[in-house]
Amino acid sequence: MLEIKNLHVKLEEEDKQILKGVNLTVEAGKVHAIMGPNGSGKSTLSYVLSGRDGYEVTDGEASLAGEDLLEMEPEERAAAGVFLAFQYPVEIPGVGNMTFLRTAVNAQRKARGEEELSASDFLKEVRAKAKTLKIDADMLKRPVNVGFSGGEKKRNEILQMAMLEPKMCILDETDSGLDVDAMKLVSEGVNALRDEGRGFLVITHYQRLLDHIKPDVVHIMADGRIVKTGGPELALEVENNGYADILAEGV
Amino acid sequence: MALADRKQSETEARLATLTMPEGGCLAEARKAALSRVQTLGLPGRRDEYWKYTRPDTLTAAEAPTAAVFDAGEPPMFSEFDRIKIVFVDGVFDADASDELALEGISIDRIADICAKDIHWAKDLYGVLEARGQTPVARPLAALNTAFAQDGVAIRVTGTPSKPVSLIYRHASEDSDAILHHVIRVESGATATILENGPAASRFNKCMEIDVADGGSLHLVRAQGRDHERRAATHLFARLGTESVFKSFTLTVNGVLTRNEAVIELIGDDAVAHIAGACVGDGDFHHDDTVFITHDAVNCESRQVFKKVLRNGATGVFQGKILVKEGAQKTDGYQISQSLLLDDDSQFLAKPELEIYADDVACSHGSTSGAIDEEGLFYLRSRGVPHAEATDLMTLAFLAEAVDEIEDADIAANVVDRLEGWLARRR
Repeated sequence: MLEIKNLHVKLEEEDKQILKGVNLTVEAGKVHAIMGPNGSGKSTLSYVLSGRDGYEVTDGEASLAGEDLLEMEPEERAAAGVFLAFQYPVEIPGVGNMTFLRTAVNAQRKARGEEELSASDFLKEVRAKAKTLKIDADMLKRPVNVGFSGGEKKRNEILQMAMLEPKMCILDETDSGLDVDAMKLVSEGVNALRDEGRGFLVITHYQRLLDHIKPDVVHIMADGRIVKTGGPELALEVENNGYADILAEGV
Repeated sequence: MALADRKQSETEARLATLTMPEGGCLAEARKAALSRVQTLGLPGRRDEYWKYTRPDTLTAAEAPTAAVFDAGEPPMFSEFDRIKIVFVDGVFDADASDELALEGISIDRIADICAKDIHWAKDLYGVLEARGQTPVARPLAALNTAFAQDGVAIRVTGTPSKPVSLIYRHASEDSDAILHHVIRVESGATATILENGPAASRFNKCMEIDVADGGSLHLVRAQGRDHERRAATHLFARLGTESVFKSFTLTVNGVLTRNEAVIELIGDDAVAHIAGACVGDGDFHHDDTVFITHDAVNCESRQVFKKVLRNGATGVFQGKILVKEGAQKTDGYQISQSLLLDDDSQFLAKPELEIYADDVACSHGSTSGAIDEEGLFYLRSRGVPHAEATDLMTLAFLAEAVDEIEDADIAANVVDRLEGWLARRR
């Protein structure tokens, strides 16, 4: 599914290397978690995969289902199946949540040569999915993320993910700003999307999210590289002992 | 004081091309207006009030030509049930217009009023325009009062069941139209007026609006569908106690547009909202110049102007809130913002407050900036193509101005049209 080989990335505006040779394969149907201390390059990896400006790939490859992601515009990556749930979802005053979501769904369908969803079919689907995420109708009518609480923003991200049905879901510290109840709700939304055809890359600092979204594989990232890979027990090890021992081994 | 030679000769050259309609109850007002033009002289680039906009083509003896534009789409507001009053190159078109009759409103042509000795419009024609000549001279408005070929006098006495729609059509490449409308909203009456169309190669329009106590008027106009026209419009409004006047103007296309609004709140608890949204490309130059005077207690005014500019287009905003002594509890709000889609476009703004009362809440702000890249990336990361995402962001930027339109259906019509225009320019 997602193949990252020897990925090197630097910031465009300053001569600072952030990713220094990331190698990662996420298989369809699997949940991979990436943990690591601040500044290790986790968010950069998610931005580079989704096509954000400001980063220069100096070496390496990244592909999804055999398609070269690095050659694509952000919207093409989305249509190819990449979805990034942002750590800090952007507020866009003046753009209605529903208008945006419908535009996005239909733009992706169009890009894939599929028929666009009618207004009524879209409404039916979005209402059903919003209900399971406890998103009320009023929130759907409001401008994108404007005035949403941290929990509402994250639920909105998961709603978008559910509507867009991506192949590869990247969750960038989705747990930040969430209380226990909201985390449970968001995790349930994510778990409902788990299936054989979809891969997940869950970026997090803490084990607690992984209590709800059980990973198949856990990676530890430090200084722009993946320094250790293991099973779910690796996250517990981090939770109990911190990163120091692992980093000492890795280096 | 004598006018500078150049200004005088330019003014005389322009006046020589015009013929004042004769006789009737408006004759006196026309003569007084002509005298104002002769005293003030037509505006030139050296006039402070025209610092950001070149008035040459608006004041030249002959109008520059403008190709007649056929968009191949129905004009704005076509789907609404309304009374249509059509002017082609500034001339009333009886065949294309509806019968000017509806309960709660009376409508007369200015051309017909010229033939009458008595008409209610006599008390309004040229009156608010003359008041609006201070503290800043507006000679193009005085020129209009003196020489307007036609227009309508609308008196609202009740609540008409549908809007009055003033439709301007452009048929000749060298047309030079001057229209003057007067509108009187009687106490407790309420109406909506729609305006749309390109009007002429060069258009000079003046609208005087008097809203009596408790009256309410909503004006929505769309200046678009054409590429090359030049227009100078003036809106003079006087608001009585607990009256409401809301105006929204959409401008797309046109080489030069100068829209002036001069609003006086003279009755307590009056409300005036003046809003505008424009989208311009290339040699588009759009100027909103607004002067709002608070002269009564507890009044509210809002100025909301948004401009989207690209490919070297220029936007101008000059807005002033004057709060006179004694106009306590004034709530004045003024915002003018432009979205510059490239480095070649520019926005020139001169926001002003002048306050002589001590218990008021007045705010103003003016910004120009680029599109929010974070927001753009967010939309694109969900699969919305770059151009479509830019349009969504653009519409979002304009939303605060469009929200000033009270009627949801009309607002939706404006948004639909904007979406279409933006999509075609991708």
